[in-house]
Amino acid sequence: MVDALVFFIAAAVCLTGALGVILARNPVHSALMLVMTLFGIAVQFVAQEAHFLAAVQVIVYAGAIVVLFLFVIMLLGVDRAQDLELSILPGQRWAALVFGAGSLMVLGALIVVVGEPVTGAKSVGGSASTAENVRLLARSLFSDHVYAFELTSLLLVIAVIGAVVLARKPSQSELPLVEERGEN
Amino acid sequence: MDVTTGWYLVLGALLFVIGGTGLLIRRNPLVMLMCVELMLNGVNLSLVAFAQRLDDIGGQTVVFFVLVVAAAEVVVGLGLVVAILRRRPGTTADDLSTLRG
Repeated sequence: MVDALVFFIAAAVCLTGALGVILARNPVHSALMLVMTLFGIAVQFVAQEAHFLAAVQVIVYAGAIVVLFLFVIMLLGVDRAQDLELSILPGQRWAALVFGAGSLMVLGALIVVVGEPVTGAKSVGGSASTAENVRLLARSLFSDHVYAFELTSLLLVIAVIGAVVLARKPSQSELPLVEERGEN
Repeated sequence: MDVTTGWYLVLGALLFVIGGTGLLIRRNPLVMLMCVELMLNGVNLSLVAFAQRLDDIGGQTVVFFVLVVAAAEVVVGLGLVVAILRRRPGTTADDLSTLRG
Protein backbone atom coordinates (compact mmCIF):
# COMPACT_ATOMS: atom_id res chain seq x y z
CA MET A 1 0.00 0.00 0.00
CA VAL A 2 2.79 2.37 0.91
CA ASP A 3 4.56 1.32 -2.30
CA ALA A 4 1.58 2.32 -4.39
CA LEU A 5 1.27 5.62 -2.55
CA VAL A 6 4.94 6.43 -3.18
CA PHE A 7 4.60 5.40 -6.80
CA PHE A 8 1.56 7.56 -7.45
CA ILE A 9 2.92 10.65 -5.71
CA ALA A 10 6.26 10.38 -7.50
CA ALA A 11 4.54 9.67 -10.80
CA ALA A 12 2.33 12.73 -10.37
CA VAL A 13 5.41 14.83 -9.63
CA CYS A 14 7.17 13.42 -12.71
CA LEU A 15 4.27 14.02 -15.08
CA THR A 16 3.53 17.50 -13.73
CA GLY A 17 7.17 18.42 -14.19
CA ALA A 18 7.29 16.94 -17.69
CA LEU A 19 4.21 18.84 -18.79
CA GLY A 20 5.66 21.96 -17.19
CA VAL A 21 8.87 21.59 -19.20
CA ILE A 22 7.08 21.59 -22.53
CA LEU A 23 4.37 24.11 -21.64
CA ALA A 24 6.22 26.79 -19.64
CA ARG A 25 6.75 29.99 -21.56
CA ASN A 26 9.90 30.96 -19.75
CA PRO A 27 12.95 28.69 -20.27
CA VAL A 28 13.94 29.16 -16.62
CA HIS A 29 10.61 27.70 -15.53
CA SER A 30 11.18 24.81 -17.92
CA ALA A 31 14.53 24.10 -16.29
CA LEU A 32 13.03 24.18 -12.79
CA MET A 33 10.22 21.87 -13.87
CA LEU A 34 12.89 19.55 -15.25
CA VAL A 35 14.44 19.41 -11.77
CA MET A 36 11.05 18.38 -10.41
CA THR A 37 10.77 15.54 -12.91
CA LEU A 38 14.30 14.38 -12.16
CA PHE A 39 13.58 14.25 -8.42
CA GLY A 40 10.44 12.23 -9.08
CA ILE A 41 12.47 9.77 -11.16
CA ALA A 42 15.06 9.55 -8.37
CA VAL A 43 12.27 8.59 -5.97
CA GLN A 44 11.17 5.89 -8.40
CA PHE A 45 14.75 4.62 -8.53
CA VAL A 46 14.87 4.39 -4.74
CA ALA A 47 11.55 2.56 -4.76
CA GLN A 48 13.15 0.02 -7.09
CA GLU A 49 16.23 -0.24 -4.89
CA ALA A 50 18.59 1.32 -7.43
CA HIS A 51 20.16 3.46 -4.74
CA PHE A 52 23.36 4.35 -6.54
CA LEU A 53 21.49 5.48 -9.64
CA ALA A 54 19.14 7.58 -7.52
CA ALA A 55 22.10 9.38 -5.98
CA VAL A 56 23.74 9.87 -9.37
CA GLN A 57 20.44 11.09 -10.79
CA VAL A 58 20.22 13.84 -8.19
CA ILE A 59 23.91 14.77 -8.25
CA VAL A 60 24.60 14.62 -11.98
CA TYR A 61 21.25 15.49 -13.50
CA ALA A 62 19.72 17.91 -11.03
CA GLY A 63 23.03 19.14 -9.72
CA ALA A 64 25.11 19.51 -12.85
CA ILE A 65 23.09 19.31 -16.03
CA VAL A 66 20.22 21.55 -14.98
CA VAL A 67 22.66 24.05 -13.49
CA LEU A 68 24.43 24.03 -16.85
CA PHE A 69 21.12 24.75 -18.54
CA LEU A 70 20.35 27.61 -16.17
CA PHE A 71 23.86 28.96 -16.60
CA VAL A 72 23.49 29.08 -20.37
CA ILE A 73 20.03 30.65 -20.09
CA MET A 74 21.41 33.41 -17.89
CA LEU A 75 24.54 33.80 -20.02
CA LEU A 76 22.56 34.27 -23.18
CA GLY A 77 19.83 36.37 -21.59
CA VAL A 78 17.00 34.39 -23.14
CA ASP A 79 15.15 34.20 -19.85
CA ARG A 80 12.44 36.63 -20.78
CA ALA A 81 9.03 35.11 -21.21
CA GLN A 82 8.08 34.22 -24.74
CA ASP A 83 4.73 33.17 -26.00
CA LEU A 84 4.40 29.48 -26.48
CA GLU A 85 6.23 29.80 -29.83
CA LEU A 86 4.48 26.94 -31.47
CA SER A 87 6.31 25.77 -34.51
CA ILE A 88 5.89 27.58 -37.80
CA LEU A 89 7.24 24.85 -40.03
CA PRO A 90 4.33 23.60 -42.14
CA GLY A 91 2.95 20.34 -40.87
CA GLN A 92 5.06 20.16 -37.77
CA ARG A 93 2.15 20.80 -35.45
CA TRP A 94 0.28 17.96 -37.12
CA ALA A 95 3.35 15.79 -36.84
CA ALA A 96 3.47 16.51 -33.11
CA LEU A 97 -0.23 15.74 -32.77
CA VAL A 98 0.11 12.49 -34.71
CA PHE A 99 3.18 11.49 -32.72
CA GLY A 100 1.57 12.18 -29.37
CA ALA A 101 -1.81 10.63 -30.13
CA GLY A 102 -0.29 7.66 -31.94
CA SER A 103 2.14 6.92 -29.15
CA LEU A 104 -0.57 7.16 -26.53
CA MET A 105 -2.81 4.82 -28.55
CA VAL A 106 -0.01 2.27 -28.96
CA LEU A 107 0.70 2.59 -25.25
CA GLY A 108 -2.95 2.04 -24.34
CA ALA A 109 -3.17 -0.96 -26.66
CA LEU A 110 -0.08 -2.43 -25.06
CA ILE A 111 -1.53 -2.04 -21.58
CA VAL A 112 -4.79 -3.65 -22.61
CA VAL A 113 -3.35 -6.46 -24.71
CA VAL A 114 -0.23 -7.35 -22.77
CA GLY A 115 -1.07 -7.94 -19.14
CA GLU A 116 2.41 -9.07 -18.22
CA PRO A 117 4.99 -6.94 -20.04
CA VAL A 118 8.14 -8.74 -18.95
CA THR A 119 9.08 -12.04 -20.48
CA GLY A 120 12.37 -13.79 -20.10
CA ALA A 121 14.26 -15.66 -17.48
CA LYS A 122 15.58 -14.13 -14.33
CA SER A 123 19.27 -13.50 -14.17
CA VAL A 124 21.40 -16.04 -12.37
CA GLY A 125 24.24 -13.62 -11.75
CA GLY A 126 22.94 -12.39 -8.43
CA SER A 127 20.16 -10.21 -7.26
CA ALA A 128 20.11 -6.61 -8.41
CA SER A 129 17.82 -5.56 -5.63
CA THR A 130 19.70 -6.38 -2.48
CA ALA A 131 21.59 -4.09 -0.19
CA GLU A 132 24.68 -4.80 -2.27
CA ASN A 133 23.44 -2.68 -5.14
CA VAL A 134 26.54 -0.50 -5.36
CA ARG A 135 28.93 -3.43 -5.16
CA LEU A 136 27.12 -5.35 -7.88
CA LEU A 137 26.96 -2.31 -10.12
CA ALA A 138 30.67 -1.64 -9.63
CA ARG A 139 31.56 -5.23 -10.41
CA SER A 140 29.46 -5.13 -13.56
CA LEU A 141 31.00 -1.83 -14.65
CA PHE A 142 34.61 -2.72 -14.01
CA SER A 143 34.57 -6.32 -15.22
CA ASP A 144 31.96 -7.00 -17.86
CA HIS A 145 31.74 -3.50 -19.26
CA VAL A 146 35.21 -2.18 -18.57
CA TYR A 147 35.97 -1.33 -22.22
CA ALA A 148 32.75 0.62 -22.57
CA PHE A 149 33.58 2.36 -19.31
CA GLU A 150 36.98 3.41 -20.61
CA LEU A 151 35.39 4.60 -23.84
CA THR A 152 33.06 6.88 -21.89
CA SER A 153 36.10 8.66 -20.48
CA LEU A 154 37.24 9.26 -24.05
CA LEU A 155 33.75 10.51 -24.91
CA LEU A 156 33.79 12.96 -22.02
CA VAL A 157 37.20 14.31 -23.03
CA ILE A 158 35.99 14.78 -26.60
CA ALA A 159 32.84 16.52 -25.34
CA VAL A 160 34.82 18.91 -23.17
CA ILE A 161 37.22 19.77 -26.00
CA GLY A 162 34.31 20.18 -28.38
CA ALA A 163 32.49 22.50 -25.99
CA VAL A 164 35.60 24.65 -25.55
CA VAL A 165 36.13 24.87 -29.31
CA LEU A 166 32.47 25.67 -29.99
CA ALA A 167 31.99 28.24 -27.25
CA ARG A 168 35.16 30.29 -27.67
CA LYS A 169 34.83 33.81 -28.95
CA PRO A 170 34.74 33.95 -32.73
CA SER A 171 38.05 35.14 -34.12
CA GLN A 172 38.34 38.15 -36.40
CA SER A 173 38.28 36.11 -39.60
CA GLU A 174 34.90 34.65 -38.65
CA LEU A 175 33.24 37.90 -37.72
CA PRO A 176 31.83 38.74 -41.20
CA LEU A 177 29.22 36.07 -40.54
CA VAL A 178 27.50 38.58 -38.30
CA GLU A 179 27.32 41.22 -41.00
CA GLU A 180 25.96 38.79 -43.58
CA ARG A 181 22.88 38.34 -41.47
CA GLY A 182 21.54 41.78 -42.21
CA GLU A 183 21.52 41.22 -45.96
CA ASN A 184 19.66 37.96 -45.89
CA MET B 1 -2.09 -3.18 -4.17
CA ASP B 2 1.30 -4.06 -5.54
CA VAL B 3 3.30 -1.85 -7.82
CA THR B 4 4.09 -4.03 -10.81
CA THR B 5 6.72 -3.53 -13.47
CA GLY B 6 4.07 -2.51 -15.94
CA TRP B 7 3.29 0.65 -13.99
CA TYR B 8 6.86 1.82 -14.22
CA LEU B 9 6.91 1.02 -17.93
CA VAL B 10 3.75 3.07 -18.45
CA LEU B 11 5.24 6.02 -16.58
CA GLY B 12 8.45 5.76 -18.60
CA ALA B 13 6.49 5.63 -21.85
CA LEU B 14 4.42 8.65 -20.83
CA LEU B 15 7.56 10.64 -20.07
CA PHE B 16 8.99 9.60 -23.44
CA VAL B 17 5.86 10.68 -25.29
CA ILE B 18 5.69 14.02 -23.47
CA GLY B 19 9.36 14.68 -24.23
CA GLY B 20 8.94 13.75 -27.90
CA THR B 21 5.88 15.95 -28.28
CA GLY B 22 7.72 18.84 -26.65
CA LEU B 23 10.63 18.31 -29.01
CA LEU B 24 8.24 18.74 -31.92
CA ILE B 25 6.24 21.74 -30.70
CA ARG B 26 8.95 23.88 -29.11
CA ARG B 27 11.34 26.03 -31.11
CA ASN B 28 13.66 27.28 -28.40
CA PRO B 29 16.78 25.09 -28.76
CA LEU B 30 17.36 25.08 -25.00
CA VAL B 31 13.88 23.75 -24.26
CA MET B 32 14.32 21.18 -27.03
CA LEU B 33 17.44 19.90 -25.27
CA MET B 34 15.46 19.63 -22.03
CA CYS B 35 12.83 17.58 -23.87
CA VAL B 36 15.58 15.19 -24.99
CA GLU B 37 16.52 14.81 -21.33
CA LEU B 38 12.90 13.94 -20.56
CA MET B 39 12.91 11.22 -23.21
CA LEU B 40 16.18 9.80 -21.87
CA ASN B 41 14.73 9.72 -18.37
CA GLY B 42 11.68 7.82 -19.54
CA VAL B 43 13.95 5.19 -21.06
CA ASN B 44 16.09 5.08 -17.91
CA LEU B 45 13.04 4.40 -15.78
CA SER B 46 12.06 1.49 -18.03
CA LEU B 47 15.58 0.05 -17.89
CA VAL B 48 15.67 0.18 -14.09
CA ALA B 49 12.23 -1.44 -13.93
CA PHE B 50 13.44 -4.30 -16.11
CA ALA B 51 16.62 -4.65 -14.06
CA GLN B 52 14.58 -4.90 -10.90
CA ARG B 53 12.11 -7.35 -12.37
CA LEU B 54 14.67 -9.69 -13.93
CA ASP B 55 17.15 -9.32 -11.08
CA ASP B 56 19.84 -8.35 -13.56
CA ILE B 57 22.25 -5.56 -12.73
CA GLY B 58 22.98 -5.08 -16.44
CA GLY B 59 19.99 -2.80 -16.81
CA GLN B 60 21.34 -0.43 -14.20
CA THR B 61 24.74 -0.50 -15.88
CA VAL B 62 23.14 0.65 -19.11
CA VAL B 63 21.41 3.47 -17.22
CA PHE B 64 24.80 4.55 -15.94
CA PHE B 65 26.13 4.76 -19.49
CA VAL B 66 23.05 6.64 -20.61
CA LEU B 67 23.73 9.19 -17.87
CA VAL B 68 27.30 9.68 -19.08
CA VAL B 69 26.27 10.03 -22.70
CA ALA B 70 23.49 12.45 -21.74
CA ALA B 71 26.00 14.61 -19.90
CA ALA B 72 28.30 14.68 -22.92
CA GLU B 73 25.35 15.41 -25.21
CA VAL B 74 24.24 18.35 -23.08
CA VAL B 75 27.76 19.79 -22.97
CA VAL B 76 28.14 19.70 -26.76
CA GLY B 77 24.53 20.75 -27.38
CA LEU B 78 24.80 23.77 -25.11
CA GLY B 79 28.13 24.66 -26.71
CA LEU B 80 26.40 24.67 -30.09
CA VAL B 81 23.52 26.74 -28.74
CA VAL B 82 25.89 29.30 -27.24
CA ALA B 83 27.88 29.52 -30.47
CA ILE B 84 24.76 29.98 -32.60
CA LEU B 85 22.97 32.41 -30.31
CA ARG B 86 26.09 34.52 -29.94
CA ARG B 87 26.24 35.07 -33.68
CA ARG B 88 22.51 35.37 -34.23
CA PRO B 89 20.76 36.52 -31.07
CA GLY B 90 17.17 35.43 -30.62
CA THR B 91 17.32 32.69 -33.18
CA THR B 92 15.12 29.61 -33.03
CA ALA B 93 15.54 26.12 -34.35
CA ASP B 94 13.53 26.93 -37.46
CA ASP B 95 15.80 29.84 -38.43
CA LEU B 96 18.67 27.43 -38.77
CA SER B 97 17.13 26.01 -41.92
CA THR B 98 19.46 28.44 -43.70
CA LEU B 99 22.32 26.11 -42.85
CA ARG B 100 22.47 24.32 -46.17
CA GLY B 101 25.64 22.35 -46.52
